[in-house]
Amino acid sequence: MEAIKKPIRTVWDIPRHEQFAPGHNMCQGCAAALIMRMLMKVVGKDAIVAMGTGCVEVTTTPFPYTSWRNPWLHLAFENTAAAASGIEAALKALKRKYGIYKDRYVKVVAIAGDGGTFDIGLQALSGMMERGHDVMYVVYDNEAYMNTGIQRSSATPLGAWTTTTPVGKRMRGEPHPKKDIIGIALAHRIPYIATANPAYPTDMMEKFRKAYETRGPSLVHVLSPCTPGWRIRNEHSIHVARLAVLTGMWVQLEIVNGKPRVTVKVRKRKPVKEYLRLQGRFRHLTDEEIQRIQEMVDRYVEEINRWVGEEAIGPVEA
Amino acid sequence: MTESTEPQGVERYLGKKYPRTWDEVPIAGIVPWPGNTEELPKHSWRTIRPVIDQEKCIRCRMCWVYCPDSAIVEVDKEYTNKKGRTFKVSYEVNYDHCKGCGICAFECPVNAIQMVPEER
Ligand SMILES: Cc1ncc(C[n+]2csc(CCOP(=O)(O)OP(=O)(O)O)c2C)c(N)n1
Ligand code: SF4
Ligand code: SF4
Ligand code: SF4
Ligand SMILES: [Mg+2]
Repeated sequence: MEAIKKPIRTVWDIPRHEQFAPGHNMCQGCAAALIMRMLMKVVGKDAIVAMGTGCVEVTTTPFPYTSWRNPWLHLAFENTAAAASGIEAALKALKRKYGIYKDRYVKVVAIAGDGGTFDIGLQALSGMMERGHDVMYVVYDNEAYMNTGIQRSSATPLGAWTTTTPVGKRMRGEPHPKKDIIGIALAHRIPYIATANPAYPTDMMEKFRKAYETRGPSLVHVLSPCTPGWRIRNEHSIHVARLAVLTGMWVQLEIVNGKPRVTVKVRKRKPVKEYLRLQGRFRHLTDEEIQRIQEMVDRYVEEINRWVGEEAIGPVEA
Repeated sequence: MTESTEPQGVERYLGKKYPRTWDEVPIAGIVPWPGNTEELPKHSWRTIRPVIDQEKCIRCRMCWVYCPDSAIVEVDKEYTNKKGRTFKVSYEVNYDHCKGCGICAFECPVNAIQMVPEER
């Protein structure tokens, strides 16, 4: 399958062909599996995938098997974006010197988890964005280091339990709010940045399509509910992802050449409690603690609305 | 030096069986069998299985869209329901790939999918 060129407006615009094979070892109900499936449908056969280690990497490539139908590289934790930059530079040189892929658009797609992006791969990502490589970078954010057993990362949200942010008298889960990776990407002035969510598949795929079509660095930050790590029911992963948007915990953004837009508007927000109470990782939170998270989200929503210049995300419904 | 008649590059491995010993492992540990996890059944992961009621199904495609394991298959099978409405496609479950997560049943807008316990 070639990369999708036409806009994806409805679910009927999604091709039937599966570029990403089933039979992988991702958990029952893992949203990352769905994200990969949809991503590969969009980018098609001419993408070279550079994959940082993490759940997706480990579960899709148990030797001698692979779920990928594309050229795919296993990379270390720190160097996903560095290796992606190198492949892109090599492709350019091959084209210039030998005319290889002259009439075919072959593009590098880098994929890594939140640990591999927000923390350990951050400097490589910064370099890739700063040098302007023609690479699409996708971070699937399950808000912790899941593959090694739920350790906190700088993407773990305030109050969440992980094995390294335990809940007791002294510690009440993660003490810090989530790092603003979109702000970091913005500071690099890259042409395309977006946040996406698997509960909104056409919106997500449309963002993948635009990121793939961008010439230069692009970043898509995707929320990826994780059934064991978030302590949610298997069938709830899409439901929880949707609630993240409906409560304003997650805002669906698209920033083209610095100009921001909210792609999924929410007229009336639900209280954050509805999102939190479905997840075992937030079970310990008291009403006061939930209130603090609500106030944090209120401020965040206000900030976004001011930035996009309209009330894209409305007030909490009474 | 004699010229090798063996095919070069990845082609060398394509027709071959999977390596059983270290000296059969392709150079650099490459896996020249794209998408071959498809051969690996995952049915033993399931404790419950989705069953689609073709009569109730309105062919909205949502279960197919949301399945993380590509286990809902869209087939060009015509179906006319009791109300006389004809659909061009049908949705079926590939029980080799389905892990029984229940997302399809939860997301189906008309509750056309039931999750039923697996029995031995
Ligand atoms: C330098 C380094 N430290 C630690 C590890 C072990 N390790 C492999 S995957 C992983 C967790 C990855 O977390 P994340 O990037 O968030 O992806 P996820 O597993 O959550 O999908 C860790 C700690 C490693 N491979 N390399
Ligand atoms: S641990 Fe979480 S992210 Fe990893 S495969 Fe399982 S559900 Fe997916
Ligand atoms: S139960 Fe889960 S894996 Fe099985 S078909 Fe439904 S969504 Fe797919
Ligand atoms: S979600 Fe339900 S109604 Fe829609 S196609 Fe699937 S089974 Fe049919
Ligand atoms: Mg992670």
